[in-house]
Amino acid sequence: MNTATNTFKPADLNTDFEVRTENSECVNYSELDKPLLSNLKFAVAGILFGIILVKSEVISWFRIQEMFRLQSFHMYGVIGSAIVVGIISVFMIKKFKIRSIDGEPIRLDSKKFNKGQIYGGLLFGFGWALTGACPGPLFALIGSGSTVIIVTLFSAIAGTWVYGYLREKLPQ
Amino acid sequence: MIPLYHKFQIMNFVEWIKQPWPWYVAGPLIGLMIPVLLIFGNKRFGVSSSLRHICAACAPMNISFFKYDWKKEIWNLFFVGGILIGGMITAFFLSNPDPVVVDPKLATELARYGITNTEGLVPKDLFNWGNLLTIKGLILIVGGGFLVGFGTRYAGGCTSGHSIMGISNLQLPSLIATCCFMLGGFVVANIFLPLILKL
Repeated sequence: MNTATNTFKPADLNTDFEVRTENSECVNYSELDKPLLSNLKFAVAGILFGIILVKSEVISWFRIQEMFRLQSFHMYGVIGSAIVVGIISVFMIKKFKIRSIDGEPIRLDSKKFNKGQIYGGLLFGFGWALTGACPGPLFALIGSGSTVIIVTLFSAIAGTWVYGYLREKLPQ
Repeated sequence: MIPLYHKFQIMNFVEWIKQPWPWYVAGPLIGLMIPVLLIFGNKRFGVSSSLRHICAACAPMNISFFKYDWKKEIWNLFFVGGILIGGMITAFFLSNPDPVVVDPKLATELARYGITNTEGLVPKDLFNWGNLLTIKGLILIVGGGFLVGFGTRYAGGCTSGHSIMGISNLQLPSLIATCCFMLGGFVVANIFLPLILKL
């Protein structure tokens, strides 16, 4: 297993990698070139995530309104307990230097602070309260039959594109 | 042949799973997405980047922010495709026929704006194709979506990427972003949304 470490290139020297990881929390840190169909396992993970999102009603506009009006503990319980499990998982992965199933060391490096996290965070908060959905739920809602949310998804893609277009003019 | 009592157990399980899941079941399962994705292939949990990859794949238009090899992030498109299929599976096989239970205070408030239908997870009185071209519909369905897409990318992540993955990795920027998500949501839900619903 240890000999495999030497075969990995230093990713930070790759400029494409730098662009790709810019302003993104969810990133592929694997440097392996895997066949397309190996991604099916992420589709399976997505299916499970989608089922959880719908069955826990966190994709419901009503639940989001209750959360922002402090009328229900449900959303705080879901997000809070997810974070607790997440913190324990990340701690264990770091402590025991757990590798991925392909034998790669798992990368969990730090992110830098920028003002975008404040401005963008507020803007996303506005949108979250209006649509009652963050990006994951948009996909789950469309799947569960709220077809008009397709418009919301396209609008969100347009919003992402406009951000990319205006990026250099915005305070970062 | 499955023994009769086993059949009962399976039926009870299906009935149980169709009920809305409590937070202490759903939350830990969502948290487990983090180690699953990391161990499956060094992928960090998150969703909003998929919107960026769709831009990079379909309309990069020479914008440097979209000029990268999106195929290296194709796992994220498989993941969101899975979320969509998961939504379908739930609607077809695991759906709960009862209306959504809404907090009485919220129900009274919404009734004042004519929102009384709680049959779906989304209020059908607001989010429907007929409403799309009204002012209310444009603000909620189109404007809200735009803010979600613009804001998450500006912030560098959404509820999954920042609030769950980032905070689990003890990142201060993710905690700051999450506080801003909540602050923005509190302001709009309590101050602006009532004005919009009156339109």
